[in-house]
Amino acid sequence: MSNGNPSSSGAPPVRRVLEAVTGSLERRYASERRFRLLGRIAVITGLVFVGSLFLSIILTGYTGFKQTYLKVPVTFDQELLDPEGKRDPAALAAADFGALVKRAMQAAFPEVSGRGELRELFGLVSSGAEYQLQDMVEADPSLLGTTRDVWLLASDDIDMVVKGHIDRSVPEAERRVNDRPLAWLDALEKRGAVETRFNWGFFTRGDSREPELAGIGGAVMGSFYTLLVCLVIAFPIGVAAAVYLEEFAPKNRLTDLIEVNINNLAAVPSIVFGLLGLAVLINFFGMPRSAPVVGGLVLALMVLPTIIIAGRASLKSVPPSIREAALGVGASKMQTVFHHVLPLAMPGMMTGMIIGMAHALGETAPLLMIGMVAFVVDVPKGFFDPSTLLPVQVYLWADSPERAFVEKTAAAIIVLLAFLIAMNALAVYLRKRFERRW
Amino acid sequence: MNATIDSLTNAAADVAGTAEAMDGLKIRNFSGTVGEVTVANPRMRTRGVDVYYGDKHAIKNVSLDIGSNEVIAMIGPSGCGKSTFLRCLNRMNDTVEGCRVTGNITLDDKDIYAKTMDPVVLRAQVGMVFQKPNPFPKSIYDNIAYGPRIHGIAASRTELDEIVESSLRRAGLWDEVKDRLDQPGTGLSGGQQQRLCIARAIAVSPEVILMDEPCSALDPIATAKIEELIDELRQNYTICIVTHSMQQAARVSQRTAYFHLGDLIEVGETTQVFTNPRHKLTEDYITGRFG
Repeated sequence: MSNGNPSSSGAPPVRRVLEAVTGSLERRYASERRFRLLGRIAVITGLVFVGSLFLSIILTGYTGFKQTYLKVPVTFDQELLDPEGKRDPAALAAADFGALVKRAMQAAFPEVSGRGELRELFGLVSSGAEYQLQDMVEADPSLLGTTRDVWLLASDDIDMVVKGHIDRSVPEAERRVNDRPLAWLDALEKRGAVETRFNWGFFTRGDSREPELAGIGGAVMGSFYTLLVCLVIAFPIGVAAAVYLEEFAPKNRLTDLIEVNINNLAAVPSIVFGLLGLAVLINFFGMPRSAPVVGGLVLALMVLPTIIIAGRASLKSVPPSIREAALGVGASKMQTVFHHVLPLAMPGMMTGMIIGMAHALGETAPLLMIGMVAFVVDVPKGFFDPSTLLPVQVYLWADSPERAFVEKTAAAIIVLLAFLIAMNALAVYLRKRFERRW
Repeated sequence: MNATIDSLTNAAADVAGTAEAMDGLKIRNFSGTVGEVTVANPRMRTRGVDVYYGDKHAIKNVSLDIGSNEVIAMIGPSGCGKSTFLRCLNRMNDTVEGCRVTGNITLDDKDIYAKTMDPVVLRAQVGMVFQKPNPFPKSIYDNIAYGPRIHGIAASRTELDEIVESSLRRAGLWDEVKDRLDQPGTGLSGGQQQRLCIARAIAVSPEVILMDEPCSALDPIATAKIEELIDELRQNYTICIVTHSMQQAARVSQRTAYFHLGDLIEVGETTQVFTNPRHKLTEDYITGRFG
């Protein structure tokens, strides 16, 4: 417009503008560089925190997946176990396998005598060893009368020694394991009778007071049943509420109020939902304590706002042109929503659902209120069996004094994190897989 | 602005005669549209239509007939209300929050805003093609078959196949897509997508097809194809087209309506409107003085 003579138009002269721009350029770039540097520092700090968290958990926990076994020759004494020789299962079930373990240990170390020493000797193996032998005999009664080398489960203290968690250089008086058992352990090691194996029992067994026998099987099943209840309740209700609020509800004061309150619910501390479950579900409706069905209902309440909010967001993101197209050929409102809008919004809703479930899986506080913090040995078989959940199991074990529970706790956390990461990865995959560009 | 109002009041006197010619339909303080708003064989008629978006008065007292088997073009500067008017014709404005339509609109002498008129039935009779091609993210076949399916038009699978084929043929798309009917409609080119949308609209055999700037997102070649198609479709359908391109209006339409700030300023034969506009505003717009 102005060709070098700007005085008439009032705009600043071209040269001065140029000078101003080039003059401030260096400053602008410098501030951009500073900002980038700050951003990188922030990201790296975050990564360092997350990395050290993962590293410390994994370093503490990976030994929890292994367990020490001791090879001991066991003579399945017919006289002791089945004096009548009938091979009656009931009689075998009642037989004294504990004595069998003791005899085997004594036979392995014949030089040991005296009550105190013997007790220490028997303490090498787990109290679960007798059930191990019982299972063997029940599976194969022909073992009776024979002698076999059996890998018996070591006790938690021996396990700790083998894994190097107990320092041998500490004076005996301050050490958890005395010198004598250590000597026997060394003797066994010389015979090649000590081995650490992958601990499958950790994934199948329920909780136990003995760390070497404790497993997360019960907690995993409890989490499974609870999340199933949560999913079955929360998903249909959440989707229906989101669809109604987003597509059908009139926009007025009431729906505004509902929307605000759904957002508020999402911010309610989860323990409040636990109190609600305790007061309403258990005290008023008389539902069983510690049961997955109650836990699932409470968690469903907790994740509902998340699901509704995510559902509405993904419904909103379906472009209006699709709605217009459907309405334009004469589809009713309902047909438009269910034939076109909802299928397109579904991946987003699923993502929200999975994130919500991951949230529920990691939740502890509301479960404490409804009694799911109990010590449950049996693996739950249904929705009404008392059970515990993974995060609660972590909480319980973290509280236990035995040294061996430290690695069990970390191992349980690893499993929990693996589930969470798998669920989030699934959500990311779904989002990428069904992402549409319009 | 003053000039606008002056010229409107002047023009009002000219059309007094026209107003009387409108048989039986009540016309309230008919504003000054220049030219013949009525036709001999109307398919749709609008009388005294006002549209409000909340407090905004978007369409002011518009009366216009849409004749059978004609292409009527609606032109005017942005925000003049031509799209809003178009969307009144199949009650698409129902879905807009806070939109209020008053006045009288009939399709084959039936009031489309009557309580007894279901918008679903109306939209089956008055199809619509939108500015941006908006095929469903489904297969080409399902795109066309959707309308007939929900209305239960086809009795059998073969009948549905026939509807799909004939619709695609009439939209001039059959030869291009007959080998890939099961592929997503969103994978077609922009022009093909728009013809797919036209095929989808005619699959339910509407009487009127509304087109809201159907070529604004297309290149000149695709545009030429659509215009050709519009000309062919005129044999069987009544077409209302909103366009920003005056050349396009001149090429495809028989009648042209010029909208300005919610008023219908002038209606007439397309050739007359473009060669010899009667209203000052129309002339200014056509000669490019604004818009």
